[in-house]
Amino acid sequence: MLTNRATLGLVLAGALLAPLSATHAAESAADNYKTYCSQCHGLHGDGKGVNARDMSVQPRDHTDAKAMSARSDEALFKVIKEGGLAIEKSVLMPPWADTFSDEEIHGLVKYLRELCACQHGQ
Amino acid sequence: MNKNKLRCLTTAVTAVLASVCFNAAAADGNEILKSSCASCHNITGPAPTTLKDLWSRKGPDLFYAGNKYRPEWMEAWLHKPTRIRPTGMFYADNLKSGEKYEVVDAAKLAEHPALDKEKAAAVTSELMKLKPHDDLIAKETIEPGTIGLTMGEMVFDKFTGCLACHEIEPGYGGVSGPEVYTAGARLQPAYIASFTRNPQAWDPKTWMPNKHVSDVNIQKIVRYLDALSKEANNAN
Ligand code: HEC
Ligand code: HEC
Repeated sequence: MLTNRATLGLVLAGALLAPLSATHAAESAADNYKTYCSQCHGLHGDGKGVNARDMSVQPRDHTDAKAMSARSDEALFKVIKEGGLAIEKSVLMPPWADTFSDEEIHGLVKYLRELCACQHGQ
Repeated sequence: MNKNKLRCLTTAVTAVLASVCFNAAAADGNEILKSSCASCHNITGPAPTTLKDLWSRKGPDLFYAGNKYRPEWMEAWLHKPTRIRPTGMFYADNLKSGEKYEVVDAAKLAEHPALDKEKAAAVTSELMKLKPHDDLIAKETIEPGTIGLTMGEMVFDKFTGCLACHEIEPGYGGVSGPEVYTAGARLQPAYIASFTRNPQAWDPKTWMPNKHVSDVNIQKIVRYLDALSKEANNAN
């Protein structure tokens, strides 16, 4: 009984620790935004990224509270993870599932809410 | 006797001189790599696994050069380097605000050191030995075929959105990735296929996303970049 409980404890501890030892540690949302998003959305999130000039569909201005408040957090999570096509938007917005963990994507959604200083519906 | 001694001495001096000249002539690729290249290029691996390491990279990783480049391209490029990454190693470090968009601050980009022909050849043969990713290359099969430039551009731009980050001619296309109008001449076809299929397998933190390109489109992209590099060559 005691050994069983000890084993169970070890298994639980292992399960809790496992995500921490995943291949890469989570980076901060600000650092991820700067590295991956700003190439199109701009270093200040205003849609003026260095790649935007020749893009047939212009990157979203993340400081635009009106446009950003029309999106739910779930929709933002989905478009970051699965790309523009997943929400019937442009192929130019890539799927980032192989770059970020879900945890990092949740962090980015929060970061977007700071950039627009807005929430869904307001 | 005196004459003989003199002759002997001359022979010895000639021999020493010859050996000095010989050493200078046969450039040691490995030595050059260590002394003149490793300060900017990672030639041992592994690739960065944190953003901090990614940002501090001073040159592209060369530790899998033998899996990636065409040797004839590399040798010529090392002798006469041209710009491949329009925004340098980490674009975010090299931008300024422009009229409408952020633009590259050209003052921040340095010229690449050039090697004489002999050193370029020696370094190339050394770099081509570096093949730690034969496993990834072995997964690719390149089917022979051709594609028109118009159809190719359609795939690269409209279907897969690659144009967002890559220039397909000087001054046209995105600039956060390397230009691709010479990629067909620069890169091995299987590398183009493998990197497009899974960029993170080569460079875990790269800002090129995995766009889950279909096998069919991967083949078309390989053919397109080949056609494009020939077109770029003709134009020059
Ligand atoms: C001061 C830093 C620096 C040094 C020293 C340096 N390189 Fe580079 N190297 C770079 C940068 C930056 C690039 C990318 C150039 C570009 O994209 O236009 C580059 C690109 C290259 C490339 C082309 C690969 C590619 O994918 O762009 C090769 C090959 C190369 N270097 C080899 C060498 C060799 C061999 C040496 C030593 C003789 C060397 N480099 C020394 C910074 C350096
Ligand atoms: C969001 C920007 C982005 C998008 C979109 C993108 N790439 Fe890239 N690409 C990059 C970056 C960044 C690199 C690697 C940079 C480096 O090695 O320094 C790269 C590298 C490459 C290379 C290797 C080039 C070389 O010389 O090292 C190829 C080939 C390539 N991309 C093809 C594609 C294809 C095909 C697509 C579309 C399916 C695509 N890329 C979409 C950013 C992008």
